[in-house]
Parts: sequence; structure tokens; C-alpha cells
Amino acid sequence: MIAELGHFALALAMILALAQSILPLLGAEMRNGRMMATGAPLALGQCLAIATAFGCLMYSYAINDTTVVNVVQNSHSAKPMLYKITGTWGNHEGSLVLWIMILGICGAAVSAFGRELPTALRARVLGVLGLISLGFLAFTIKTSNPFERVWPPALDGQGLNPILQDIGLALHPPLLYLGYVGYAVTFAFAIAALIEGRVDAAWGRWVRPWSLAAWSFLTMGIALGSWWAYYELGWGGYWFWDPVENASLLPWLIGTALLHSAIVVEKREALKTWTILLAIIAFGMSLLGTFLVRSGVLNSVHSFANDPERGLFILGLLMFYLAGAFLLFAFRARAMIPTGVFAPVSREGAIVLNNLLICSITAVVFVGTLWPLFADALFGSKVSVGPPFFNAASFPLVVPLLLAMAAGPLMPWKRAQLVPVVMKLWWVAVIGFATFFVALLASGQQVLPAVGFAFAAWVVGAAFADIADRTALFRTSLGNAWSRAKGLPRAAWGAAIAHAGIGITAAGIAGMGLAQERLVSLAAGESTTLAGYEWRLDSVRDEVGPNWTARRAYITVLRDGRELRVMTPARRFFPVARMHTTEVAIHTNLMADLYAVIGEEEAATGRAVVRVHYNLLAPWIWIGAAIMALGAALSLADRRVRVSAPNRAAIRAAPTTRPA
Amino acid sequence: MTRKRRRLWILLLCGIGVGSATALTLTAFQDNIVFFRSPSDIIAERPAPERSFRLGGLVEAGSVEREQSANGDRPTIRFRVTDGANTIPVTYQGVLPDLFREGQGVVTAGRFGTDGMFRATEVLARHDETYMPPEVADALKRAGHWQPEQGTPPPAATWNTMQPTRTGGGGS
Repeated sequence: MIAELGHFALALAMILALAQSILPLLGAEMRNGRMMATGAPLALGQCLAIATAFGCLMYSYAINDTTVVNVVQNSHSAKPMLYKITGTWGNHEGSLVLWIMILGICGAAVSAFGRELPTALRARVLGVLGLISLGFLAFTIKTSNPFERVWPPALDGQGLNPILQDIGLALHPPLLYLGYVGYAVTFAFAIAALIEGRVDAAWGRWVRPWSLAAWSFLTMGIALGSWWAYYELGWGGYWFWDPVENASLLPWLIGTALLHSAIVVEKREALKTWTILLAIIAFGMSLLGTFLVRSGVLNSVHSFANDPERGLFILGLLMFYLAGAFLLFAFRARAMIPTGVFAPVSREGAIVLNNLLICSITAVVFVGTLWPLFADALFGSKVSVGPPFFNAASFPLVVPLLLAMAAGPLMPWKRAQLVPVVMKLWWVAVIGFATFFVALLASGQQVLPAVGFAFAAWVVGAAFADIADRTALFRTSLGNAWSRAKGLPRAAWGAAIAHAGIGITAAGIAGMGLAQERLVSLAAGESTTLAGYEWRLDSVRDEVGPNWTARRAYITVLRDGRELRVMTPARRFFPVARMHTTEVAIHTNLMADLYAVIGEEEAATGRAVVRVHYNLLAPWIWIGAAIMALGAALSLADRRVRVSAPNRAAIRAAPTTRPA
Repeated sequence: MTRKRRRLWILLLCGIGVGSATALTLTAFQDNIVFFRSPSDIIAERPAPERSFRLGGLVEAGSVEREQSANGDRPTIRFRVTDGANTIPVTYQGVLPDLFREGQGVVTAGRFGTDGMFRATEVLARHDETYMPPEVADALKRAGHWQPEQGTPPPAATWNTMQPTRTGGGGS
């Protein structure tokens, strides 16, 4: 019964989405106020209907309803309740319902918080959101109905893939989806602006918070995925340039470019067509990510059993939305007349450079990710493009980006001089060079990690220099600087913090360049050494969990003969899925991770395969990402975002310009 | 600065950006593209020893051997990868992925050693036991192990029963 209710709610949501994609758009064309006004209640109703469907699916999982195919295929009664709940979106069908639900929530948010938006713009945005929702609902109902029944009911479910039975799964997909779906909203704004043929500062002010929020969630989602891979897969790495990882990186990169160019639209009314284009591509990349994950056309760690029909359908959706958007763009882009004029050396110019470099990196990653597909289709050759390609091709583009991102925030709008910027940054450059030489000596002449550390210091130092400059820290008294710091717009703090976060992540990546690992086969009582630590395998014991059995190793880590810690990596066996998983043991002091993995045991000798890693600065990668997301959230709390569009004049009057 | 000149500047910058991205991509492609080879491909045309590539197929049932190791040794595993028609011996030093099993589809990356053994530096087995890497499915098809007209490929899990008496490969 509950499953039927969910199915019905899904169908209802589709009807509402159909109405939402027609009435407000038509109303806006015909200047019919009543038709335009239908957008908000329809969006709310759709959100409620999808939430009901999602709730029903979650309920079916919670009670382990074995008459529902989706539950049978992905759940099991012996699974802990937490993973029954999170298992709702641990599969294709459920994750789609989650995707659509988040889209519904965003639509409801636009209709609830968008009261100050011009009526026609809001109607059009809601209409485009309805159209996106319609496509995905049709896809779900047609190819991946989560509420399909099976009769007679199965005795029990087949179990969730053990690797997904982890708290990381509870958070990773929803965060990523919040990011992806956030770009659906900026896309809707872009399409609405194209239909209206008008982009102004108010539009930029509306797009920026959505792109900030989407970027913030996407950053956290990607970081969480990377952290999850780090501790769950037990390979000791944090980023594998896997197609699906790249698929989430592509919208993040374009989203980063969008974030910056939207500022130019908002502040200077320039780069309008470019920003629209970025908004369209950002959503296109999100759809492409969905397509790559769901179709299984690329060999990836995320590849589960897939259905080509689904891939084709998503490809169709991708084509429909993108072709429609680009067609509209081709016809209407001329209508966007830029009013702000700027010199090449200026804040705007720096942002153009940022966009250019980021788009070049995106292009490189895009080509590398999709090349195996093209090579197969065009030449019939099976190739793969791995980390060496991505490192070699993207590194030379990241270097100028990191160089330039330090200078950009220090430049004034419209026209800037290079000399004052150099004067403000020379000491940061000195610190960068000093860091390089210290790192080079300390690491035993490893050039690349030392370069990474130098850039990390450069970026963090420049973020500090930016704040110091804005608060006149070294030019006036501390008290004066403090009061200036309090008066600084939160967006300025947010930008500096997010930039510093990039530097911290860069330091973490450079540190991982110096990571050490060792693979040995040990009997109980034997030990090995790595990075100045002695790792002694004490014993390997049996352990029993709710739906698994395990062999847990007890490894004592010693430093100078003194016992530091006992690490307990395990290898779990899940009888339902007939599958092993690795439970990594990680001990961190925030400066480095000690990381231990236990592999198979030799039956004859009782030796166990043990792999130990010393990962320098590894936690900084994710701390940096969290700081980036925090910076974006702080920007989101900025006054000019909180204050609604009609009160714009009041903001203009307020002294939000640089005090320097 | 006039709009025209600014546009010129932006175009120039874009040209440099696109040009450098293309140049980087092409040079990186030259060295870093890794080709996929099935065991039959390798028998037909043996790749040069310095060239690394990916070898994929099924882990032959009963072929997994672990070398006896002493303290401090890197543990070594030998197995054979088959596409039904031909077989290639592989050695690997490392921790096998959790889903590595006899009869299961596998993709290994590495190069040939001078002794004719394929030395894998990476062994990839995926997260789902019903998942078959597309390259492996294709290799099986070409080797005649599976006829497309007879329907979808048999699920990889069914190959687990090829050698039911032996419990190896870290499997059940």
C-alpha cells in the first residue's frame, strides 16, 4: 500500500511538473498575472508530492518490505537501521528520487524566498525548473520505477553492497546532489534571462547566492567522496582521476568560474553573455556527470551493474536541455549589452583570466575523461586515460591560476596598476620562495612537492595580504584595523577564506606527494619500519558484527622503542553479498596520518599481508575543502545577498567599497 | 579602452588559453594513453616490453597462487587472465582489491617483464559482483566465450562456480 502511495505521489509530481513547465512560462509570455502566479503553488505542491514519494520509499526500506523489487535488490533485514535508511539512496532508483526531491526543494525555495523577484522572471525560472523536473520524473517512472512490486515476495533482500554501508554514503550523494541541483537553478535563471533578453545587476545578485550555495555543497560533496575513498577503499590515495570523480570535478570547475563571473555581472554589469554561457555549461556538466554514473559507459570505480536504456534516456535529456539552451543562447545572446567597460589590468581582467584558465583546465579534464568513449566510437580502440595524463596536462594550467588568484582580489575594479599590487605581494613572494627552499631541503630534493608547498604558502599569504590591505593592518593602529575588520563585508572575508582554503588543500596535496608506503608480509610478532616508526603485528583475531564477520589485526606502532598506539585495521566479510571489504585504521595528528591496511592471510604460514602508509599533511586536503565551503557560506551571509533586490538603492548608498 | 580593443584582448587571451590547453592535452596524450589488450590480442601481437597497457579478462579458476613469503618480503601473487581462448600469466605484488575472485572479470595494468610474465602494477576489480568491465565483456565476445546473439552476457557471478571445490582468490 505504501509503495503504491509512493508511486502515485511520483505520478502526481509529474503531472504537477507538467503544469509547472507550461502555465508560468505561457503566462509570462502572455503577461497573464494569474497564470504566472500558478508557479509558486505548483512548485510547492510538486515538492510535497516528491517528498511523500521519497518518504514512502524510505519507509519501505525501513520495514524491509520484500515485495518491493528495489528493496529486495538493495537491502537486507540484518542490516543496521542506519544503513537501511541511507540505503534508500544507495541505488540508482532511490538516488534519482533524492535528486528530484532536492530539485523540488530548490523550486519551493525559489517560490518561497523569491517574492521580491520580478514576477515574470520568477514565473520563468519556476517554469524552467518544472521542465527539468518533468524530464527526470519521466525518466524515473519510465525506466527506473523504485516502487515496482514483486510477487511472491522474496524471503529476504540481497543486501546493500557492503562498500556502501558506511556513514560516508549517508552524506556524500545528498551533498553532491545539492550541488548539482543548485546548478539547475542557476541554469533556470540563465534560461529565464535569455527568454527575457535582459541581464542586469539584480539578476547577478540572484544568481550569485545560488551558485555560491551550489559550489559550497559541491565542494563538500567532492571532498567527502575523496575522504571516503581514502578511508574506505584502502588504497591510500585521495583522488584517482576516475571518470566519475572527474564528472563531479567538471561542474565544480565551471561552477568556480561562474561564481567569479557572476560577481562581475553584479558589480559591473559586464561579462553577461559569458556568465549565461557558464551557467548553461555548469548544468550541462552536472547532467553529464549523472549520465556517466548512471549509464556505465566508462569503466570506473562507481560502475555498478547498469542498463544501457537508461544511459540513452539521460543522454536524450542532456541533448534536449543543452540543445534547447544553446539554441536560445544563439538567438538571444546579442540582446545582452554589456555596460561596464574595463581595462585588461583590473579586477574584471583578473576574473577573465581566472575564467580562462579554469575553462582550459575543464577542457583538459573533459577531453581526458571522455576520450576513451570517443576512441571506442571512432576508432574502435579500447584505451584508458589515467592519472599521468591528468597530472601532466592540468598541472601547467594550475600554476598560473594559483599565481594569478593571489593578485586578483588586490586589484581595484575597472582599472588597476600592477606596481601597487606587486608592492602589496612582494613579501608573500619572499615567503613562497623561502618555503620552496626549506621544503626542498627537508624533503631531500623533491622538486614537485616543494613547488606545491611554495604555492600553498603563496596563496595563503596572499589571502592574508588581501585582508591586511583591506583593514590597513600595517598602516594604522591595531584598534583601527580591528574596527575596519569588523566593518569589512562578509563577502570579502568569504573570498579570502576560500582562497586560503585552496592554499591549504594545495599544501595537503603537496604533502601527499611525499607520502611513503610499505607492503610487507608479516607473521604475528614481526615488525617493519616506515617513516621512523616501527609497526609490529601483534595478532590477528576474529570478530563478529551484525551482518559481517571480520579478521582484525592489532598493530602496535612504536617510535624509538616507545609504544605510541595500537592500530586495528580489519578485513570484513559480508556473507549476504559474499564480499570482502577493507577497514582501514587511521591515526592522525592533523600533521600526518598513520594508515594501516590488512590484506589476505596465508593459510599455510599464518602470515598476513600488511600495508602501512605515512601520509604527510593528508588531512589538510579535506580541511582545506571545508574551509573553502565555509568561505562560500560566509559570502552567502553577506549583507548584499541577504538584502532583497528592491532595497538595492540602500546597499548602493552603504559604503561597501574597499576602504583602502 | 574601447570595446573593440577589449574584445581583441579577450580573443587573444582565449586563443592562448585554448592553444595551450590543446598543446598540453596532445603532448600528455602521446605518452599517457594506455591501451586495453585481451589475452588473444597479446598472443596475436605481443606489445613491446617498455610499453605499459591494460590486460583484462577473467581470472582463471584455480590459477591464483600466493608465494610463500618471509619477514619483510613484498607478498607476491600469481594468477592467469583468460578470455576463454587464450591465457596470460600475471604476477602482482600488493593487496588485491576486495572483489578480486577467481572467475571474476578483472582489469590489470602493467607491462611485460623479460621473463614473459605480465607484471601488474595495478589490479582493478570493481565494486559490484554483477558488474563486468565493458572491455572485458568485449574481449569475451571477441574470443567467442560469449555470443551476443544468445542474449546478455552471463553475470560474472556465475563464473564463480567454475571451480566450486577450491576456495581461493579471497572469495567465498
